[in-house]
Amino acid sequence: MTEWKTVVVETDLLICGGGMAACGAAVETAHWAKQRGLKVTLVDKAAVDRSGAVAMGLSAINLYVDLNGGKNTVRDYVDYVRNDLMGITREDLVANIARHVDSTVHMFEKWGLPIWKDEKGQYVHEGRWQVMISGESYKAIVAEAAKKALAEAGGEYFERVFLTHPLMVDGRCVGAMGFSVRENTIYVFKAKAVLTAMGGAVHVFKPRSTGEGIGRSWYPPFNSAGSAAFTITAGAEMTCQEVRFVPVRFKDAYGPVGAWFLLFKAIATNALGEDYMATNDAELDKWGPYGRAKPTPANLRNWLMMMDIQKGKGPIYMQTGDAINRISKAMPDEKAARKKLKELESEAWEDFLDMTIAQALLWAATNVEPEKKPSEIMACEPYFIGSHSGASGAWVSGPKDLQTPDTESEYFWGYANMTTVPGLFAAGDASGASSHKFSSGSFTEGRIAGKSALAFIADKGNGATVSDAQIAALTAEILQPLETFEKHRDDTTDPDINPSYLRPKQFMSRLQKVMDEYAGGVSTQLATSKAQLEKGLELLAFLREDASKLGAETLHELMRCWENRHRLLQAEAHMRSVLFRDETRWPGYYVRTDKPAMDQANWLAFCNSKYNRETGQWTMVKRPVKYLTRDAER
Amino acid sequence: MPSYVITSKCDGCKALDRTACQYICPNDLMTLDRQKMKAYNRDPVMCWECFNCVKMCPTQAIEVRGYSDFVPLGASVSALRSTEDIMWTVQFRNPEIKPKRFKFPIRRGVSEGQIQPHGHFPTGTDDLNSPLLMGEPSALNTEQGPVKLGGLAELALSRSPNGGK
Repeated sequence: MTEWKTVVVETDLLICGGGMAACGAAVETAHWAKQRGLKVTLVDKAAVDRSGAVAMGLSAINLYVDLNGGKNTVRDYVDYVRNDLMGITREDLVANIARHVDSTVHMFEKWGLPIWKDEKGQYVHEGRWQVMISGESYKAIVAEAAKKALAEAGGEYFERVFLTHPLMVDGRCVGAMGFSVRENTIYVFKAKAVLTAMGGAVHVFKPRSTGEGIGRSWYPPFNSAGSAAFTITAGAEMTCQEVRFVPVRFKDAYGPVGAWFLLFKAIATNALGEDYMATNDAELDKWGPYGRAKPTPANLRNWLMMMDIQKGKGPIYMQTGDAINRISKAMPDEKAARKKLKELESEAWEDFLDMTIAQALLWAATNVEPEKKPSEIMACEPYFIGSHSGASGAWVSGPKDLQTPDTESEYFWGYANMTTVPGLFAAGDASGASSHKFSSGSFTEGRIAGKSALAFIADKGNGATVSDAQIAALTAEILQPLETFEKHRDDTTDPDINPSYLRPKQFMSRLQKVMDEYAGGVSTQLATSKAQLEKGLELLAFLREDASKLGAETLHELMRCWENRHRLLQAEAHMRSVLFRDETRWPGYYVRTDKPAMDQANWLAFCNSKYNRETGQWTMVKRPVKYLTRDAER
Repeated sequence: MPSYVITSKCDGCKALDRTACQYICPNDLMTLDRQKMKAYNRDPVMCWECFNCVKMCPTQAIEVRGYSDFVPLGASVSALRSTEDIMWTVQFRNPEIKPKRFKFPIRRGVSEGQIQPHGHFPTGTDDLNSPLLMGEPSALNTEQGPVKLGGLAELALSRSPNGGK
């Protein structure tokens, strides 16, 4: 094999990832680290300017509490999130983000993010918690601030370095290892504390598209379970691994529906023109106190729609024309109506062009003029995204000052957002049970976790030194796919068909097939059962063994190999958690056909899991749900 | 394809210190064929159609052809980004539908490279253990009155010794 060099970087705090949460951590910690002479280092697998979930841009900031606008309180937000997640949420984590998020948004505005304002200078709201932005350069703006903040504080950032493993000594996380996707270099980062914020997971489940369109996932295909794999491998307790997210979006190109539902008050109907939320209303009574919560939880909205599809009443349409006509008819005269129509048209297209350009292309290619004809919507394939209406992530400590005597023993262990592994912190999609953070909340949680990690460093100082043996062993493991490919490539006449290795895409297809058919993917309309899951786990065990036979021809493919190994860990955590939770709580995300009802008496609880890297064994544990809000549903 | 490179327009960024599309692609797809000195998308099925390569290409050599498995041919979306705005042109498959043109701002009041990350709001504490973050409490708009925390008394920042109102 060609020559590889090893670069060792010593730092105080290591931030793994470069998305919204990681940039939040960088900006915040640069402020505190500068005063204390601490070094902060950030590592991104792509270019920070356009990495992570916000790489394309966004058309709204989905979390702004507007604490001083007089309309909302932190309590309101906590109530909303708890109901949307069918009772399974860590109120301490949600409240902690919500009480700080406004300061993040105000900072974004100072950095030049164009937030829409009305004639009185107030933010334009899309919905109660959402503010509209012209967000083509949202990530570029945040990245510029993060990189500059790091530079001013004497920190560093690395781009195109893909992290594969945490470094562990005596149960404490003391760094991370990975490789450059541009040159033959292994990177070893030695740190006093590590903050992981490497996004959620896409392409664990088979997408609806089967050709080129598999790249058009709703969440980006480069969110490849880096966070989950990192914390699982470190031995951190994970939570809500069963709480996947299935968004309903415009069909195939997955363009956003938020502006249509929230801003334009559009209604979705079945092919017969019936509003399925009205005709299937009685179903909501089956889902405990959450069925009647306002707004209706996202998974139940999905479920009522899917009920109509299963009855053969599809396609489902967003009635865009009705919404536009209703708004323009409310105008005082024809001139005002024409002006309003033009404004709405521009807003509707900007919604796509800011964040899902492919949807604009699909509308143009199918001659959709939204004021004239409705557009089809559909539930996407499942995703792992703890920052949206999913909840998967690491189990982290809450902040001390928000605990009650009742919650403190369960939810606090020293440092806000620290996982159960000392020195390992998590934010954004990496931390669980704190849904609805979105871009602004993920950035905010990165700030909280970053500051907390610096407090850990101040208290605990240096960890033990990583042994050269550990580094050598991991180097060999990381580079194995290159060696496997090199050794066997000439055994056959076609490098894609070789009995000695699997190429990463082949491995991914096999993973997706298992997940789709046995864990409740789109092929089974999100339905699974104990027997299905057990069979699926049997097949995953073979895949886990075959993971050691992944082959990579290039550095790019080596990254793909490791991304898929990461996805495999996310897949296994998911299957085991769906199996462990012996009920159906989120129909519309998945249904356990053998346990089709919600079991509030036994399962108003967190399903947590832990993986042992040495033995390959998983342990499942139930943790109590304890609310800060005293009068909340128990 | 999704993103594709027009042979006659791509010069491999030879005058620059790096290939723009290769630098920016969030999924490490755009790459340079050093023999031909032309860029290409090495794995089109993993393309998110984020248009970052399209927007950044200095010779406007990159466009996007919609996903072949569900996008009919004949339409196009093109972007032209300046320092303050982005201009979009949407052309429909049906040539009788008038193409749509939009201009949206991308930055307001602060030019690229001029962002000051810190110092916009004074920070009310030096304590690493305080729940207050950089710029707080003033960045929470406290000049408009105390932060309203609703019925959750446990959420009051004032419980911390260094907390705000």
